[in-house]
Amino acid sequence: MIALTSPIETPWHRLPAGPKLALLCAVTLGLVLTGSLSVQLGALAAVAGLYLLPGRDFARAGLWALRPLIPFLVVIFLWHWFTETALQGAGIAARLLAAVGLANLVTMTTRLDDMIGVLRRVLAPLRRLGLRTGALEIAIAMVIRFIPVLAIKGRALTEAWRARAKGRPGWRVVAPFTLLAIDDAEHVAEALRARGGVPR
Amino acid sequence: MERNVALIALFAALIAALGLIPQLVLPFGVPVTAQSLGVMLCGTVLGARRGALAVLLFLLLVALGLPLLAGGRGGLGVFAGPTVGFLVGFPMAAFTAGLIMERWRAVPVLWAAIAGSILGGIVVLYIPGIIGLALVAGMTLPAASAAMLPFIPGDLVKAGLTGVITAGLARARPDSLLSRR
Repeated sequence: MIALTSPIETPWHRLPAGPKLALLCAVTLGLVLTGSLSVQLGALAAVAGLYLLPGRDFARAGLWALRPLIPFLVVIFLWHWFTETALQGAGIAARLLAAVGLANLVTMTTRLDDMIGVLRRVLAPLRRLGLRTGALEIAIAMVIRFIPVLAIKGRALTEAWRARAKGRPGWRVVAPFTLLAIDDAEHVAEALRARGGVPR
Repeated sequence: MERNVALIALFAALIAALGLIPQLVLPFGVPVTAQSLGVMLCGTVLGARRGALAVLLFLLLVALGLPLLAGGRGGLGVFAGPTVGFLVGFPMAAFTAGLIMERWRAVPVLWAAIAGSILGGIVVLYIPGIIGLALVAGMTLPAASAAMLPFIPGDLVKAGLTGVITAGLARARPDSLLSRR
């Protein structure tokens, strides 16, 4: 499993994850609340600067991650152009691009372990209230481990289908695939119990 | 406890694994991602509470930075994007589908799962979805609702498929449907 963290080292990688996430929340909230065009365009320019500072390759990777947004940006711009003004459309599109760009930047420059570290710190107070956070932590580890396992089993199911029938396997492989997941869960549950159960 | 944790984790992984499958083309030529089928199956198979928790766990891993959404998307950016409402609605949709399965015990699995998927995967899912789109895109609610209309036929087909798959599971292994136990 490859996380979305960028392999290109940037100064942003060295910032601690907690404050980075807090700043992201504050800026996103600010962007949602503001209606000012200059703030929206300024935010977009600032986010673009954050991407460009570490170099061209990093900025290109960042742009690539924003690709799925293009159709939305076009529709939003056109809709606002027709109902109000083009300028307003540009402002809202800029706000969206800036907010998603900044969030992507945090994901690209924060390692998975550091993210999980922040999660653990956020959950610590709940732990004192008696919630079993160990269950969540082991569940996260299990999902990360089992995605590739299920992907391989899914591929085997698809190949078996191709050996028997013509055409692409459609939704019919989903039911046996789900059964495989249920079986795996039963085995894992047994293994967990044998090793002392879910940690507190 | 162990069994619940394992089932929730494995179904979260199942949603992700279904997202890796390229788009399915349904009999009517409607392209759908298998991923949203996975979300509905969490509800119809695991039941309301466990199903919603499995979807939440999946979303948590997306937020932590894994590219698990269909098309390899993920990270915090998707929670700032125009489809954020649908992500918020996913666990609610699974919960609703599971609740219908648990409550309507007299109704055959096929029909309960179809009804649950329509109520969860269309009615309940589209409310936060439309609100999210309206907020992020600065559109009015009626305009945002109209933008969603083209997706309804595909979602109806998907609800039918969820029903057929859930009923198939019930036939192949009756005790696998935890929502009915």
